[in-house]
Amino acid sequence: MPSEKVLMRGNHVLGEAAVLAGCRFYAGYPITPQNELPEYLSGRLPQVGGTFIQGESEIASINMIIGATAAGARAMTSSSSPGISLKQEGISYLAGMELPAVIANTMRGGPGLGNIAPSAADYFQATRGGGHGDYRTPVLAPSGCQELAEVTFLAFDIADKYRTPVMILGDGMMGQTMEPVVFPDPIDPKDLPRRDYILDGCKGREPRAIYSMILDINLMYQHNLKLLEKYEQITANETRWDTVGTDGAEIVVVAYGTAARIAESAIEELAGRGPKIGLFRPITLWPFPTKQLRSLSENVSKIAVFEFSAGQMLEDVIMSVGDRAEIYFYGVPGGIVPTPAEVAGFLSSVNSGDGKVGRRIEV
Amino acid sequence: MSGEPALKYEKVFGRPESLKDNYTHYCPGCGHSIAHRLVAECIDELGLREKTIGVPPVGCAVLAYNYFNFDMIEAPHGRPLALATGIKRTVPDKFVFTYQGDGDLAAIGTAETIHAANRGERISTVFINNAIYGMTGGQMAPTTLLGQEATTTPGGRDARYHGQPIDISRMLAVCDGVVYIERCSLSGVKQIRSAKRAIKKAFRCQLDDLGFALVELLSPCPTNWKMSPKQAWEWVNKVMVNTYPLGVIKDTTGYED
Repeated sequence: MPSEKVLMRGNHVLGEAAVLAGCRFYAGYPITPQNELPEYLSGRLPQVGGTFIQGESEIASINMIIGATAAGARAMTSSSSPGISLKQEGISYLAGMELPAVIANTMRGGPGLGNIAPSAADYFQATRGGGHGDYRTPVLAPSGCQELAEVTFLAFDIADKYRTPVMILGDGMMGQTMEPVVFPDPIDPKDLPRRDYILDGCKGREPRAIYSMILDINLMYQHNLKLLEKYEQITANETRWDTVGTDGAEIVVVAYGTAARIAESAIEELAGRGPKIGLFRPITLWPFPTKQLRSLSENVSKIAVFEFSAGQMLEDVIMSVGDRAEIYFYGVPGGIVPTPAEVAGFLSSVNSGDGKVGRRIEV
Repeated sequence: MSGEPALKYEKVFGRPESLKDNYTHYCPGCGHSIAHRLVAECIDELGLREKTIGVPPVGCAVLAYNYFNFDMIEAPHGRPLALATGIKRTVPDKFVFTYQGDGDLAAIGTAETIHAANRGERISTVFINNAIYGMTGGQMAPTTLLGQEATTTPGGRDARYHGQPIDISRMLAVCDGVVYIERCSLSGVKQIRSAKRAIKKAFRCQLDDLGFALVELLSPCPTNWKMSPKQAWEWVNKVMVNTYPLGVIKDTTGYED
């Protein structure tokens, strides 16, 4: 049975959803604005026989979850932007060793130490690998607390199914916002399919080794091809997106996460005043719903991209849309969260072409 | 038949079950082969092979999973003790050890080493100190001696310029989570026997749930020291032990050896 409806803030939703999804190991290092997540798990995980460790650093924490997942646990770490940079080496190892794990990034303004305000400036880092080597990380970008709960379950499932690290990409506003949530049915880790590659001692079988170093270039080449095939499967099977009112729309806004909710409010404000405006919301940022956005762009005249960054998802939109529709961009970096009225102003400018808010992107 | 008694053969020496029947890539005279054998013998004698998970370093021993005959997982450089923490906390009934060189344990991984030890993780660590970076070709290690030539200390290590050699074992001894640290050597038969005794004792600390234990092994590296194996043994016994004296550094186990 799904849970009763409860009122929780995003960081707690993520923690509770992880536990209900069978996560039994968490390690992390404090960083604002996601501290409520480790604080929540420090009390919650021991209740279900799980382990919480406050690591001495983000680097130690990601390596602790490498060990935990290799030993068979559903494992998660979390951080905010600067801390996620420190975890990138470990994420690359997880990809190379083909180990499942979930990494949550509650994004804040950057680069450098930046600030602690909501931002979405880590899109490139999340979707382009971040760490070294030929690999991809599935990235899930929920919009609001209810979807955050559902996506957390999905993240662990994708991680296990494809033996890959998966990132949940939120922002400081989602982490702090309190909303009503109904959690999916809890998963008992004992009911999960047994992973036949974990390390639990070689009793009754040949010893196993988990590693990512492959010195033979032909074997490394084969390993890279195997990973590539996996990423193609993930693209084919796991691409997720949502649309609101795109049928018959002249303008379609492309936005994800918290920005998508602000865009939705802006669209509502403008309803009945001017052309019909729809919303296209990627839920997986990698794999990006390229084909879906491309086919949508055949039938609209203008695509309006809105994100909390100087223009990162914009590049995926340009690659998807090309010159099928005019592309406009309104990006607000630095941790500033525009109001629905400001985004409505952008959409009015897109409609009129007055160029007052946002800018036209020449492709 | 002349009535002489038939010859009876008894096997008195062989390959430990915990070692695979593979040739190693280690150089002649290198301490790693000896240390591997000691670890394997201890694991066999304690009956731990089928519940062991080992974590090798990045360094010359990065391929240790080709030689040890039990479960192993590679760690990023310097992170074996963080990774081993995740394993041990997930499967506390398994036997978990790390095998790390001086660069891995005492330079890039210093933070992970100190904090795992200080948390008193029930993990055993075999620390190979050869005062040089072997795999990358002879650069300065954190443990390189003053005056010692490395490819990045032309003219020898100078305290003012390159910093002092680090004695991480003594540093770790002040951590309350640590129950046993001993420094041994692999340069001589007597020393090797003592090293095996220490490794087994460190393993027992984990089995008895006492805390973190580490054995430091001064280990010859003839290739990068540009010595013969015999000269390398002598250098350990006559020079290296002056900076890193052998013996028990900390012992709160209460074990009678």
